[in-house]
Amino acid sequence: MAMPTADIMPMLPPAGQPVPATKKRRQRRFLGNRKAIVGLFLFGFFCLLAIFGPMIAPYDPGKRGDELLISPSGSHWFGTTHLGQDLFSQMLDGSRSVMLVGIVAGVVATVLAVLIGVTSGYLSGVGAEGLSALSNVFLVIPALPLILIITLSLPDTDDMTIALVIGCTSWAWGARVLRAQTLSLRRRDYIEAARATGESTWRIIGFEILPNLTAVIAASFIGTVIFAVLSEITLAFIGVPGVSEWNWGAILFWAQSQQALAQGAWWWFVPPGIAIALLGTGLALLNFGIDEYVNPRLRSGATKVRGVKMRVGFTPVLPAKGAKR
Amino acid sequence: MGYLLRRVAFYLFTAWAAITINFFLPRLIPGDPVQSLIARAQGQIDTSAIKSLYILFGLDNEQSIVEQYFAYIGQLFRGDLGLSFTFFPTPVSEVLSDSLPWTLGLVGITTVVSFLLGTFLGVLAGWWRGSWVDFVMPVTTFLSSIPYFWLGLIAITLFAGGGGLFPSSGGFDPGVVPSWDMDFVWSAVYHSLLPAITILISSMSGWVLSMRNMMLTVSSEDYITVAHAKGLSERRVMVSYAARNALLPNVSGFALSLGLIVGGTLLVEIVFSYPGVGFQLFQAVGAKDYPLVQGIFLVITLSVLVANLFADLIYLVLDPRTRKEG
Repeated sequence: MAMPTADIMPMLPPAGQPVPATKKRRQRRFLGNRKAIVGLFLFGFFCLLAIFGPMIAPYDPGKRGDELLISPSGSHWFGTTHLGQDLFSQMLDGSRSVMLVGIVAGVVATVLAVLIGVTSGYLSGVGAEGLSALSNVFLVIPALPLILIITLSLPDTDDMTIALVIGCTSWAWGARVLRAQTLSLRRRDYIEAARATGESTWRIIGFEILPNLTAVIAASFIGTVIFAVLSEITLAFIGVPGVSEWNWGAILFWAQSQQALAQGAWWWFVPPGIAIALLGTGLALLNFGIDEYVNPRLRSGATKVRGVKMRVGFTPVLPAKGAKR
Repeated sequence: MGYLLRRVAFYLFTAWAAITINFFLPRLIPGDPVQSLIARAQGQIDTSAIKSLYILFGLDNEQSIVEQYFAYIGQLFRGDLGLSFTFFPTPVSEVLSDSLPWTLGLVGITTVVSFLLGTFLGVLAGWWRGSWVDFVMPVTTFLSSIPYFWLGLIAITLFAGGGGLFPSSGGFDPGVVPSWDMDFVWSAVYHSLLPAITILISSMSGWVLSMRNMMLTVSSEDYITVAHAKGLSERRVMVSYAARNALLPNVSGFALSLGLIVGGTLLVEIVFSYPGVGFQLFQAVGAKDYPLVQGIFLVITLSVLVANLFADLIYLVLDPRTRKEG
């Protein structure tokens, strides 16, 4: 499971560092990052699958056939299940539920994280401390068992309720990172200046602080989507009712319960796993792209700076300020 | 001391929050929680279990919600978590005490080992950045995106089952009697090897990545330049100056993400039918055994809190600033 440990430390550039001049140039720098491009490509691919997958599926994913448990072939690209169901169609159909839950949960969690994190970071006093304590509590309580007992107590569950449950329980990490960032931002000179000129608190938060948190918010959104996708697949794999029928986790659930392993039916559980890993890798790469965009030190320098040989070990040798990049 | 006391207070508060969530969740369901659970279980619950549910939820007699709440906390302090449906009429606490040692052994040890190993590799990866080591990064990214349980499935296919090197399920050989003799211990260790390696491979990469990034951040500090300028050996700078400081955020990151890791590792038990809490959770979900799921949630939460406290103690040893404060 992806663990966003590195996110705790502030990711903003140090105060003195010059901020890149134009928007266009900034975009070019983000898109010039190979990791970000591969990540965007993978993410886009799975988004397209989620939209069009169920339409282009060659068979009805639930329809039983005569060819039981056959290995991949021309008519069944990913083989069939013990009931003769087409696994390729199941994968295509399941992609929609996976992406939908991931993105909805990500949006819910990010909105909560921004509200709670920025408020507790910018304001001070008992309320802010309380919000910070609340996010710490949610951080420490093991997420998966919590999601499990909540979904099991709900009277009926579908993809949407599960997305909401995941979203409402996984905002804490983002809130913590955003709080740390806001705390470091609020002491910057330009914020002090805005306060001195009598700007209202909400204007300062909305127009001075939030724009500077964009990268962190994006990173926390992507992190939550990774977490939500893995959680949902896990829930389906454990057999929690309500998850959409052909979710990748559900495919794995059937593979496990029908002893696909013992029967050597590798085509039953390999494709879902690869798909999950590719989606996760894509999102993680996108996140690294953002990280490196915000914190230039993390870039793998050697390939970029031509002519300067990176010494083994420390004290990175970067071109002097003003030298062309 | 002040630091530690504050942490203990925070963990007590969190434990209380978890207990309260546990208490109120079934009561938030509109209507009769027991009836709705029965409806979901579709006739798998027998009548005596229904009665135990009413007792567990405190619905058997006319009590106010406050009285129920205190009765529930009193029950918990006596170690009474209700009766399990799956293993009716065994109390949940008894079911858990059978499985908890297995999980603590497997998940506890592998989590710590993976952190130590991952951090060590991360130090090296951060030190030698810009060399071939950078190519290890995409691999670790891919590995850390794989769900633990799926890697477990692959491991079983490759290394276990028909004539494989390792057993594919269970915690010990069916022929051995659980006791503290060599046969049993060896059998238990042998059975836990494959699940342990699975957890190690997929959880380690996260630590490698975060430690590497931390090393890169630390690398530009002035004291590193000074250490180089003083002519200290590369190794000394790497270990005592860079790694020593990069370690602190990584340790607090470890404490924070324990809750996330434990959720993932429990699933490996399911794949390997390992007789721990995770496998029990799987069975409980399958049987809609709500009291058992609740009990497991509480036990896991409390274990994670205790583990967090240990991580705090270690942090206290590593970072002199926290000691000075109090």
